[in-house]
Amino acid sequence: MTAEATPSPVGKPVGGRTGSPAPAGPSAARGPRVRGTAYPRYVAGKLGGAAVSLLAVLVTSFFLFRLIPGDPVKFMTGGRQVSAQQLAAYRREFGLDLPLWQQFTDYCGKALTGDLGTSYQFRAPVMDKISEALPNTLLLTGTAFVLYTAIGVVLGTRAAWRHGGLGDRLNTGLALTLYSIPSFWLGLLLIIVFSVGVGPVPGLFPTGGMESGGEEGFAYVLDVAHHLVLPVVTLVAVEYGQTLLVTRSALLDEMGGDYLTTARAKGLRDDLVRRRHAVPNALLPTMTLVFINLGRTVAGVILVETVFSWPGLGGLFYQALSVPDLPLVQGLFFVFAAAVIVMNTLADLIYPLLDPRVGR
Amino acid sequence: MDTHDQFGLRGTVLRIFAVAGAAALTLTVGQLTPLGPSPQRAEAKDDKQVLTVAVSQSVDSLSPFLASRLVSTSIHRLMYEYLTNYDPKDNHAIPGLATKWEPSADKLTWTYTIRDNSKWSDGKQATAEDAAWTFNTMMTDEGAATANGSFVANFKKVTAPSPTKLVIELKKPQATMAALDVPIVPKHVWEKVDDFSKFNNDKKFPIVGNGPFVLTAYKADSYVRLKPNKSFWRGAPKFDELVFKYYKDGDAAVAALQKGEVSFVSGLTPAQAAALKSQQDVTVNDAPGRRFYALATNPGAQAKNGKKFGDGHESLKNPKVRRALFAAVDRGTVIDKVFQGHAVEGEGYIPPRFSPYFWKPAESRRISYDPAEAARLLDEAGYKKNGDGKRVGKNGKPITYRILCHATDPPDKAVGKYLQEWWGKLGIGVSLDCRDNVSDPWLAGEYDLAFDGWSVNPDPDFVLSIHTCAALPATPKDIGATDNFICDKKYDELYDQQLAEYDATKRAEIVKRMESRLYDTGYMNVMAYPNAVEAYRSDQIASITKMPEAAGNIYGQDGYWSWWSATPAADGESSGGSNQTGVIIGIVAGVVILAGLGAFFAMRRRATAEDRE
Repeated sequence: MTAEATPSPVGKPVGGRTGSPAPAGPSAARGPRVRGTAYPRYVAGKLGGAAVSLLAVLVTSFFLFRLIPGDPVKFMTGGRQVSAQQLAAYRREFGLDLPLWQQFTDYCGKALTGDLGTSYQFRAPVMDKISEALPNTLLLTGTAFVLYTAIGVVLGTRAAWRHGGLGDRLNTGLALTLYSIPSFWLGLLLIIVFSVGVGPVPGLFPTGGMESGGEEGFAYVLDVAHHLVLPVVTLVAVEYGQTLLVTRSALLDEMGGDYLTTARAKGLRDDLVRRRHAVPNALLPTMTLVFINLGRTVAGVILVETVFSWPGLGGLFYQALSVPDLPLVQGLFFVFAAAVIVMNTLADLIYPLLDPRVGR
Repeated sequence: MDTHDQFGLRGTVLRIFAVAGAAALTLTVGQLTPLGPSPQRAEAKDDKQVLTVAVSQSVDSLSPFLASRLVSTSIHRLMYEYLTNYDPKDNHAIPGLATKWEPSADKLTWTYTIRDNSKWSDGKQATAEDAAWTFNTMMTDEGAATANGSFVANFKKVTAPSPTKLVIELKKPQATMAALDVPIVPKHVWEKVDDFSKFNNDKKFPIVGNGPFVLTAYKADSYVRLKPNKSFWRGAPKFDELVFKYYKDGDAAVAALQKGEVSFVSGLTPAQAAALKSQQDVTVNDAPGRRFYALATNPGAQAKNGKKFGDGHESLKNPKVRRALFAAVDRGTVIDKVFQGHAVEGEGYIPPRFSPYFWKPAESRRISYDPAEAARLLDEAGYKKNGDGKRVGKNGKPITYRILCHATDPPDKAVGKYLQEWWGKLGIGVSLDCRDNVSDPWLAGEYDLAFDGWSVNPDPDFVLSIHTCAALPATPKDIGATDNFICDKKYDELYDQQLAEYDATKRAEIVKRMESRLYDTGYMNVMAYPNAVEAYRSDQIASITKMPEAAGNIYGQDGYWSWWSATPAADGESSGGSNQTGVIIGIVAGVVILAGLGAFFAMRRRATAEDRE
């Protein structure tokens, strides 16, 4: 099987098998043992593809957002008396007086050096605005990611192993219900119940924001953790179901495998068969989902960030779009897309280590 | 079987994670319960009285030369003194950094006396030199003119002959010289700035100022913290700290108010106001607003060079048609149904809270809701119904007006639906064109009618100026300051007269004649003056100055009166019961978690033992 012929797990967010045949037995399950020159070639191909994708994103982000109706200078000066000289100065300042091709080459040239331009509305470098908000988003979505992935995998595994039982039905039903709840609605509900307090339930958590302000040292860490609880719970509740369902489905596919019967026949305990043999072989679809979710963490979650007033990239993107603040929109779009590309590439590079047939 | 491989290393890692998780959870639960400080207590720690205001708008810049958003300019009002201020009782100009001001006989030179008891927060004296430097910088540096350039457009020369004397020479008379809403900055700090177009004044704290508050900390979209300026010449504010805290979602902000996490919330919807009215310790302030909400026609877009552009409907140039359309608008229904009573029916151009300039039409001239009269006027104007009951234009096609509306503004859409019904009965179609960004079609004149609205300042010059011919764009490609391309010579004459009239009473009379002219020409139909609906915790704020004092608003005042005057209430009234329950629930939660972990470890232990066997 060539690398090209191997169905890439990337881009399959949910559902069953990746097209690979069942492994021959437990020894194959642990993978990697990368062989000869195939893997370096595979790596080079994936990295090349990623570089091309990044370039495509750079180009797309420049032209795509120029389709948004609206002259930024008109928007910036709307409602204010401005002289023709001032208007010209604005256009000069933001390079809008240059021909489109020149704006594009300037943009690409600067982007390669890490300069994504200056925000129209904040009069600050786009990279500064992104650097301000990125850690906040990563803290929120990263924490949620770790939790919902762990919960999803553990519950998904258990649901599949005892499929058809009451636990499975309850687990799957709850996961599907929470997965279909709009995150902003759940967030508001949690604020009302656990922030404001309803009946005997006291208001335990802050209603929004990332910090009270004015705290330092360990008190600051605790303060942020306190603010983190409800948005993380919201995200975990809404997101864990997807991981659960994918894990469950992948594991169900594996469960008919002969190698599991062999393992049982050898007298291995059921729990051991599940954890040592079945789960590792069913991990590929879950890994795909994990990396896709990992890429998405950078983009943040606009609605949850809005409901909990979390000062992250999601809110920044919304503000940038509403102006439209072209440099900020372009910069954010590039960072979001780059995160997904990098994570997908990383997933591609890791697959052969999990399943030797990939990249052979 | 290698039991060490199976459970040794992995088991240890699992246990470490489990213990760490348990510790974190227990710690968090401890933190969540009022065993640690509750949110309310957190704000009041060290016995500090903190006034927390919920805001949603991002600060665009903390540089007074760049900032134009309401939240930023409101904060600048607190940080820096302006030459003058507005009386909270009736909005008339009163001393700020200047103690008095007077024009020369030829009306072209204004002399301000700068107070000698205003100090910058770093201890230096605030002088006329600072004011002169601020204005001169705006007059000479494009970047520094970004936000307030229009205030100095008519300035010829600004000098400071002495530390307490500021002289401004004008190109032509200007009656608004006591309404220069420009923050005066300390020269010794700002003269070090290289590029005013990029300096955002948000890196070094505290920021040197001479207003009632000193900005001590800022984190984008999280908070703005200000401390009282103890040496403020008018007297220091009474709260120990003022915090603007970010709530991007209105319902979350209301929840924060209900909980007591914030002291004040503005911009409430009718539903939120109704919910808060029944809440203990919360006072809802439903105050007459400073905005007008109008329906404006496109009278035909034009530039100063005489070139016509845009595609406004030709029929709207006919005054009878405009009058007919406005006679078919039931303003009472707009107030009752759309604003649910949180607005006052509109009449003249300037809201009644600005009493010196408020004008309303005599009953005989008033355009009341009268569909029959509207139909008659349309017939008279030559726009009769065809066989299908549709009014047709000169080209024989049925008339359908495009109405530009703000997609994010619920009243626009609701009123639009009513217009479809009311005007539909007249035989006129309505197509709502709702957008996030209405600037482009508006500036290009590509609309027939538009929902319009402005906040009015105590000095009405700006909202009057946007209807002068001078506000039109120079050419169709340029951007003007016009609102709806209105250009009426008689209106312009009156505008020039009021700007040159230094007698306040006489000027107010001219302004009223301008409003009358605007009403008669019928380009604008002011439908409502929406109220400012806001709420505050009465167990945190004992008293606060409204503007106007009798029954005005709190947020977004012209001046620093609300936050400067706010007096803390006696504390400790609101959270006692909740604390007790919180402690109990916190302890129970902690116990449940620990018991769960204990059971988990016991089961793991048993499984390991079984495997060993």
